[in-house]
Amino acid sequence: MSAIRSARRPKGRSLPIGRILLLGFFLVFVLLPLYWMFNTSIKPSDDYLAIPPVWFPAQPTLVHYEAALFAYRGLEGLINSLIISLAATILSALFGTLMAYSLARYNTGGQHLSFWVLSQRFLPPIGIVLPVFLIYRGIGLYDTHAGMIIAYTVFTLPVSVWMMFAYFRQMPKSMEEAALVDGCTRWQAFWSVAMPLAAPGIVAAAVFAFIACWTEFFFALVLTSRSAFTLPTVFRAFIGFQGAQYGEAAALAIVSLVPSIALGVLAQKHLVRGLTLGAVRG
Amino acid sequence: MAHVKINGLRKDYGAFAAVRGIDLDIRDGELTVLVGPSGCGKSTLLRTIAGLEEASGGTIEIGGDVVNDVRPRDRDVAMVFQDYALYPHMSVARNIGFGLKARRMPKAEIDGRVDEAARMLGITQLLDRYPRQLSGGQRQRVAIGRAIVRNPRIFLFDEPLSNLDAQLRDEMRGEIKRLHQDLATTMIYVTHDQIEAMTLADRIVLMRDGLIEQQGAPLDLFERPASTFVAGFLGSPRMNFLPGHLVRTASSDAIRLGSSRMPLPAGRKLRDAADGQAVLLGLRPEHLTRAHGAAPQPGHVRHDATIELIQPTGSRSYATFSLAGTAVMAELQAHDVSRPGEHVQIDINMTRASVFDLQTERAL
Repeated sequence: MSAIRSARRPKGRSLPIGRILLLGFFLVFVLLPLYWMFNTSIKPSDDYLAIPPVWFPAQPTLVHYEAALFAYRGLEGLINSLIISLAATILSALFGTLMAYSLARYNTGGQHLSFWVLSQRFLPPIGIVLPVFLIYRGIGLYDTHAGMIIAYTVFTLPVSVWMMFAYFRQMPKSMEEAALVDGCTRWQAFWSVAMPLAAPGIVAAAVFAFIACWTEFFFALVLTSRSAFTLPTVFRAFIGFQGAQYGEAAALAIVSLVPSIALGVLAQKHLVRGLTLGAVRG
Repeated sequence: MAHVKINGLRKDYGAFAAVRGIDLDIRDGELTVLVGPSGCGKSTLLRTIAGLEEASGGTIEIGGDVVNDVRPRDRDVAMVFQDYALYPHMSVARNIGFGLKARRMPKAEIDGRVDEAARMLGITQLLDRYPRQLSGGQRQRVAIGRAIVRNPRIFLFDEPLSNLDAQLRDEMRGEIKRLHQDLATTMIYVTHDQIEAMTLADRIVLMRDGLIEQQGAPLDLFERPASTFVAGFLGSPRMNFLPGHLVRTASSDAIRLGSSRMPLPAGRKLRDAADGQAVLLGLRPEHLTRAHGAAPQPGHVRHDATIELIQPTGSRSYATFSLAGTAVMAELQAHDVSRPGEHVQIDINMTRASVFDLQTERAL
C-alpha cells in the first residue's frame, strides 16, 4: 500500500495540487453563502445590491439584528421555536425509542406495523394540514404551543421510530437476555442495559427530529398566527410592499443557525456513532 | 443446587419444530452436556430451560417446581452466553455484581461476593476495566464470574468456548471442569464440539433434529453407540463404516465384506438379526493397528493393505487405505508407515467393532 502511494506521489511533490483545488472549491461552495449571509446582516441597506459587491462593509452595523428581533418579533419566534422544537424532540425521542424497542424485540404488530409507521411520511403534508387546521380550530389547539408540540411530535415520530428500530435491531439481543437471567425484569433490562447502549442512536434520532422541527415552515404557517408562531414564519414579513428587507432576513437567519450549530457540536460524537449504526459491541 | 426434570418438551417456531418432545432427567450436581450438529435444538432446549424461550408443550421442573410460567429472573439459574454478552458500558466489577444489584442486595455484600468470584477466576486485577479492554479469554472469565457470583441452583452454558482460539479453549475447558468439581452445582452445557462433550460431561445427551438420539456416560456412548449417527459424531477421526452382510452360524456371527470374512468375538451374538442381512461394520481408526508378530492377537483379523494417504499429527499418523473397496482410516503409531504406496499388514480389533443395520442405522 505504502509502496503504491509513494510511487504515485514522488518525493518533492508532497502537495497534491488537484486535491487542494478540489477541497478549496468545496470550501468556497459551502462557506461563501454563509459568509454572504453574515456579511449582509451587518452591512448598511445601501450596500445590499451594490455593484461591485461590498465584501467587507466599511461601517458594520447591528441595526438589522435589532429590527429583526424586536420590530419584527423575531425574538418571540425564536423562543416559541425553542419551546416547541425541544418539547417535540423530547417526546419524539421518548415515544420513538419505546415504540422502536417494542417493534425490534417483540415484533409488535408483525411486519406490517413497522412499515405502516414509515408510510406516514408518504402522505403529502398538504393533504393533512387542512384537516388538522380544522380540528385544531374546533378543539382550541390552533395557535397554541401545545398544538404545535403535538403536531411536530407526530410529524417527526416515523423517522425517529425507524432510526431507533434499525439501531435496536443491530444490537445483540444476548445482553438483554443476560440481564433477564441475571435478575432483571423486562423493564430493568430495557432501562439499564438496552437504553445506555442505544444512547448514540437516540441522540442521532433526536438531532434529526430537532432539525426537522426547527426548520419546519408549512405546518407552522397554517397552524399558528399571532401567539405560537415559530421562527421560520417570521421570515414572511421581510418581503413586502416596500421591497425585501435583506439585512433583517440575513440577521435572523444567522440567529436561527446558532441552536443548530450548538446542537451539532454537542452531539457530534454521538451523531457519527449513531449514524454509522454499528459497533456498540464491547 | 437442584435437579432438573423435563417432560415431553416441545418448542415450535411457526411450522418449524425446533424441539420435538424431549424427556430428560438431570440429577443434582451433574454436568450434562447437550451436544449435536447445528440446528439439532440443543440451544433452543437450553434457552427454554432458562426461560428465554417459552415452551410450546411439555413441562420443565427445577428442584421439583414446574417453572414453565416462571420469569427467567425467578428461576434462579445463571447463564453464560456464546458471545459473552457482557454489558459494555459497565466495568468488570459492575458486570459481575449486576445481577445482585438487580436483586437489591446490600452494596457491602455485593462487593464481598464480587471480590470472591474474581479471586476464584484470577481476574481481581481486571475489576476496574471495561469489557472492550479485555481479551476473549478474560471476557469469558468475567461472564463466568457473573454466573458464579449469584450462587444459582443451575448453571447454563451456551457454547461458551466457541469464540476462543484453540489453545485458550483447552485451558478454559479445564477450568470449567474444575469449577464444576469445586462448586458441585448442576450444570447444563451446550456445545457442538464432541471433544468438549467427551471431556466435560458426566452425561452426554446427543441430540438430532429436535430429539434425543442417545444419552449416557461419555464412554458408554463412545463404546456402545446406539446408531451410526452417534458413532460418527463422537470420535476423531471419525469411525469407518463398511457395508457388508451378516453371516450367522450356530457358534458365532461374522461380517462378510466382499471376499473377506470378519468374525465377531465368540461372546458377541447379535440379537434381532438375520443371516445375510445387510449391515454396516463400524471400526474406529484407533482399533486398526500395524501388525506385529507372526499371528494376530485373539479377536483380531489381519489384513493386507496398500497405504494411499498418510496424515501425520506428530504423536500419531492417520493412514488411509482400501478395505474391501471402502476407504478406511487407521490411527497408527507415528513411524508405523513412511510413504504412500507402502504395503503393510493391519490388524483389525473385532472385539471393539460396532455393527449397525444398514437400513435403520441402529446398532445390532
